[in-house]
Amino acid sequence: MSYEVPIAPGETVDDLKTETTANHGWQLWEVFVRPKRGLSYTHCGSVHAADSESAVQNARDAYARRGEAISLWVVPSSAIHASDDPESLFESFDDKPYRHPTFYEIPDEVGQL
Amino acid sequence: MTTTVERTALVDFLVRHGDDNVILGQRLGEYISYAPELEEDLAVANIALDHLGVAMHLYDYAAEIEGSGRDSNWYAMFRNERDFTNALLAEQPQPDFAHLIARGFFFDAYQTQLWAGLSSSRDERLSGIAARALKEATYHLRHSSSWVIRLGDGTEESHVRMQRGIDAMWRFTEELFDQPDTDAALVVAGLICDVTAGKGRFDAIVASTLEEATLVSPEDPYQASGGRTGMHTENLGPLLAEMQWMQRAHPGASW
Repeated sequence: MSYEVPIAPGETVDDLKTETTANHGWQLWEVFVRPKRGLSYTHCGSVHAADSESAVQNARDAYARRGEAISLWVVPSSAIHASDDPESLFESFDDKPYRHPTFYEIPDEVGQL
Repeated sequence: MTTTVERTALVDFLVRHGDDNVILGQRLGEYISYAPELEEDLAVANIALDHLGVAMHLYDYAAEIEGSGRDSNWYAMFRNERDFTNALLAEQPQPDFAHLIARGFFFDAYQTQLWAGLSSSRDERLSGIAARALKEATYHLRHSSSWVIRLGDGTEESHVRMQRGIDAMWRFTEELFDQPDTDAALVVAGLICDVTAGKGRFDAIVASTLEEATLVSPEDPYQASGGRTGMHTENLGPLLAEMQWMQRAHPGASW
């Protein structure tokens, strides 16, 4: 997606590039929130930040300012490795009911499983 | 609460610190959408809201002691410039992000000492407000001091601009520790802390942060004051005009 950015008198296209695409040198961080003790960290979004310390602060202000978390993780987005080729990785499980533990009841006391 | 004198003095104290927070909150609010990144906009808005919240609690308590039937809104919206007793630092404008950070840093270093002292007040209402505000101020200080260090010890340009911010706000820092005479009786009664007692710790925070940021304290020894007696810089009037006009034009209007 791109659009024409108006250029002010005296400004060059290169000026605009450094301003709008370099993002002030801030990298992207993925944010994981732990809502309460006993629950796992859940991915909730991302923030821009210059380093891990400010990433934690930004994540706190963006995702936990209403008391949603007792703890946070931030991870450089570049460190995330995503799965590819969904067909070979996931679709072959569709028709294998014997892989699902549907033959016993989970007691309520187990809670968060 | 025993004497009328103490009650009047405590109202003055609460309103004075309510004013600090409402004016600083308004200043920070002005900056929203101007921060270098969206994330920083959120941080500034978040801190502004913390200050507004503290102001509301202090004003509400003052109103209760006065028994005038007013609420926090009245103190913020229907008093004139000369009635505000906020420290001059709170009303200083932010022509640059570094100015905002410098102002915040000095305020946070001061308020962490203030709230820590007040959280052991014999007045349970006040100590409760202070204990909560202390947690907020501790986070504010972490935010502002990390920016002072990052910008001061950053690029050549960020260093120059951060130093400019520190220089611009420095002359308003001594006033933070001025203690009006009316406070003396409150200190003796254990209702408030001796504000001046926090100065040493404040100086230490400022010195160590500036050193880590490779910044220097300005040589200019001049210190301004007057805010605590309603004698403000030229910056407060326009701020109040913007903050108050809606309530002045439509008194009592609500969402």
